Amino acid sequence: MAVEGKTIDALSQFELSPVLGIFGDAVSFSQSNLFMVVAVALTFYLMKATADRGELVPGRLQALGESAYEFVAGMVRDQVGDDGRKYFPFVFSVFMFVLFGNMLGMLPYAFTFTSHIMVTLTLALVVFVVVTGVALSIHGMHFFSYFFPEGAPKWLAPIIIPVEVISYFSRVVSLSVRLFANMVAGHVMLKVFATFVVLLGGLGAVGPFVAAMPLAVNIALVGFEFLVAFLQAYVFAILTSIYLHDAVHLH
Amino acid sequence: MNERNGFEDRLRQARAREGLDKPPRGQGQLPQSPWGIGVRAGVEVFSALVVGIGLGFLLDRWLGTWPWLFLVFFVMGSAAGVMNVYRLFSPRKRPRAQ
Repeated sequence: MAVEGKTIDALSQFELSPVLGIFGDAVSFSQSNLFMVVAVALTFYLMKATADRGELVPGRLQALGESAYEFVAGMVRDQVGDDGRKYFPFVFSVFMFVLFGNMLGMLPYAFTFTSHIMVTLTLALVVFVVVTGVALSIHGMHFFSYFFPEGAPKWLAPIIIPVEVISYFSRVVSLSVRLFANMVAGHVMLKVFATFVVLLGGLGAVGPFVAAMPLAVNIALVGFEFLVAFLQAYVFAILTSIYLHDAVHLH
Repeated sequence: MNERNGFEDRLRQARAREGLDKPPRGQGQLPQSPWGIGVRAGVEVFSALVVGIGLGFLLDRWLGTWPWLFLVFFVMGSAAGVMNVYRLFSPRKRPRAQ
């Protein structure tokens, strides 16, 4: 697929196509949606397996589920504070969805649904709406004082307020662009170097020796991509909890 | 028991006074590598500009005042971007009082 007519085609891996035969065609159910369903099912299965056994000495699966739980719970407690416990389910769902989206994308033949700006933008919008809703429900109209720091001179209000509002809205863009750009860049690099392996490998007698170089790069990149996959899910979740902290405490 | 709690309190105060406890973490534990911070700052400026330009463009189309609101919001967006980066580096207030 990657090498057709000796060109590098790094972007076709992000194309959507209907899956599941006639059903997929009818409702435009693409492989992106399929992997979203897989991610949710895997999260559900992991949590169910963790909760069902509940052994004192956890097995491997239970240990995985428990450490995921404790990781996010600690993050929410550290960032939001003790009254942030009721937002844990939300942050945990977001974290697991993004984490499984990134990690599933590392499997061969899998599709990385977090590599589409529309998916990450929707996730960021969900976070944004929830955070703003939390802030409004806790503070009511007082929430709007967030856009004007107390103690600033009144005549600066026409400048400060629009700037603060833009800064507030820019969270959506920065949250979505960061995840999207990281995933796209990583997968494009993987594909480009993988194509180098194939192209250089066909160079005759010296081919295999030259091709070993991009292959080595690719091996390193795969490890790096696993790091990025986890790190970006982590960053997404911790920014969500930082925003929740701002919403709960204002300033 | 009471004495013991008092001891813990005094120990904590003494440790805080001598600066033995780690200072409260800044931006949570976001990646602190130079690359990570640089990319974050870039994304913050970029996203503020996108929002500013987008808002100005839409308002201009709505009110028919092209290009004035666009120019104003472009400057506002740049200011918001600088502010985002400033927030990135300014120490956050401690989110948790134990």
